[in-house]
Amino acid sequence: MEFSPSQLIFYLLSFIIIVSSIYVVTLKNIFHSAIFLILTLFSVAGIFILLGAEFLAVSQVLIYVGAVSVLMIFAIMLTSRLASKKIVQSNEQVTTAIFICAGFLLISLGSFANTVWRVNTEPLPENNIMTIGQLLMTDYVLPFEVVSIVLLAALIGAIVLSRKAGA
Amino acid sequence: MEMPAYNLRIIIPEVFLFIWATLVILLDLGTGRKNTKSLGWTAMFGLLITGVLLCVTWGGITFNNMYTSDALSVLFKVIFLGAAFMAIGSSFGILTDKIKNHRGEYIGLILYSTVGMMFLASSSELISLYIGLELTTIPLFILAAFFKDDRLSVEAGLKYFVVGAFSSAILLYGLSLLYGLTGTTDIVQMKINLSLLFLSYGKIGPGLILAIVMIIAGIGFKLALVPFHMWAPDVYQGSPTPITGFLSVGSKAAGIIAFSRIFVNGLIAFADSVMKPLDWGIIVAVMAAAAMIWGNLAAIRQDNIKRMLAFSSIAQIGYIMVGMVSASELGIASIGYYMFLYLFANMGAFAAATFFGDRTGSDKITRYAGLSQSSPAFAACLSVFMLSLAGIPPMGGFAAKYLVFAAGIQAGYTWLVILGLLMAVVSLYYYANVVKVMYFAPSESIFDLKLSFTARLVLAIAVVGVIIFGVYPEPIIKFALDSATAFAF
Repeated sequence: MEFSPSQLIFYLLSFIIIVSSIYVVTLKNIFHSAIFLILTLFSVAGIFILLGAEFLAVSQVLIYVGAVSVLMIFAIMLTSRLASKKIVQSNEQVTTAIFICAGFLLISLGSFANTVWRVNTEPLPENNIMTIGQLLMTDYVLPFEVVSIVLLAALIGAIVLSRKAGA
Repeated sequence: MEMPAYNLRIIIPEVFLFIWATLVILLDLGTGRKNTKSLGWTAMFGLLITGVLLCVTWGGITFNNMYTSDALSVLFKVIFLGAAFMAIGSSFGILTDKIKNHRGEYIGLILYSTVGMMFLASSSELISLYIGLELTTIPLFILAAFFKDDRLSVEAGLKYFVVGAFSSAILLYGLSLLYGLTGTTDIVQMKINLSLLFLSYGKIGPGLILAIVMIIAGIGFKLALVPFHMWAPDVYQGSPTPITGFLSVGSKAAGIIAFSRIFVNGLIAFADSVMKPLDWGIIVAVMAAAAMIWGNLAAIRQDNIKRMLAFSSIAQIGYIMVGMVSASELGIASIGYYMFLYLFANMGAFAAATFFGDRTGSDKITRYAGLSQSSPAFAACLSVFMLSLAGIPPMGGFAAKYLVFAAGIQAGYTWLVILGLLMAVVSLYYYANVVKVMYFAPSESIFDLKLSFTARLVLAIAVVGVIIFGVYPEPIIKFALDSATAFAF
């Protein structure tokens, strides 16, 4: 079996993603879980680069690795009870869950294989970051602006929920 | 490069409401958080202006066919505005007594959520539809948990958040599969591409079924459609009561219009008998049947009025889905009319529960005993809402159920309609039980509810709506039928 370099990288990244995401949901130390989550998200960014989606890769690293995961680690470290405790991440329904997930995996793999997907045969634009930027400012300007209202609402909500009752 | 010319006229109401909501929050901050009533009145006035703007500006499609302002969206936007109006109108007691600060944020978040619903109602494209759905639900997570000292309220917020995030993820995955099949996010273009795909290959493949099932599950969670309903009773019970009403009317109507845009507009070709690789109708019909059975049977056992109304709203979504699966002009029109009546009846019922809860601190149905003597007008109003929800003529609920079931018969879902009729009879038991308790149960304590002016106003609007549109439904039905023609069948 012959592998091209990009295929080899793809399988390597996929292997890292699968192994580290299993660690994320099984490790007893929640801090270690968070570290493996970062590894998973990094590898996903790598797959985006392989597919020629540099913008997605950069936003993946910036948002998920840079912001979300670091925030999680901060939250864990500031919550002294969480950082030290050994936590069991599963409950008594773990076997049921495994069966359901396995069933879902098989069903989706089966249907993916038997479906005609629409494949883009045109070459990707040379500079897709510029194309995305133009689309966001023209065709998709309305949802792009509405996202800012979503952020504003989330911001206000976070302030409301985190302030002390008497303050 | 140049900005394409967009028809900005039709987004004026949404933009206005967003600015108004922000102004309400700033007004609260600027006046040292002392105001209660003036904030509420400002917000309600803003909703009225938005309604007027909507009537003046609607009609058209813009933003690259992303944003459709058709009659159907106007009907639903009026429902959202009405739900927000009545939710804020019934919040005055809570604003005065329970929320000592963050009053502006409470009202502002209700208005932001309304903007999201309005945006969603006009979206004819998957990305804006999803963002509209997020803008609808994110403020509601916060509003559900607004009583931070109340364990039940925090539990409600947390449960709603977890379920909401989970269902958004499922929905998004389904939408991405749909994009992978069709290469477009425009719903009308999606329909054309799917038909082309079908014509050239003779089949579409199980990927479409997977996408459909995931989208049904994702929106099913938002609608509390059985089997995705388990969060509803706890969230409805724990949230502040006006928010529960807003959830059960506004957020539900938003889910319904998203559902009808994706399925009845986009995937309609597959309900057609000529090409039938998958009939999504049968999946939804089974879920509707389950919702009618489970909602009605579980509601019988409830002694808390908010939990009872939660199960009742699960049952009501079952009836509405009967109109949805018929996927015809009459079906869409009946859904629009049903939701319009549901606005008055259900918001009225929740408003009544709010005023009773504000005064007594209790949501137990048995505590309603003796209200027919102490507050006869209040008891009469609540009876009207209950009888309308049960579908007793001449209340609006009767005409609404009649239309939905007629659409179901027309589309050949006779078994579903018969089940719906049987379950409507069952539902009479628990709706009439509230009336019975108020009028016939002996009571230990007689007390006056001392309704405030806003409370009277909200109850009056709801009662007048239920009765007027029940006795004289023609204008709304005609408008709903006109709006249904926007869907090319």
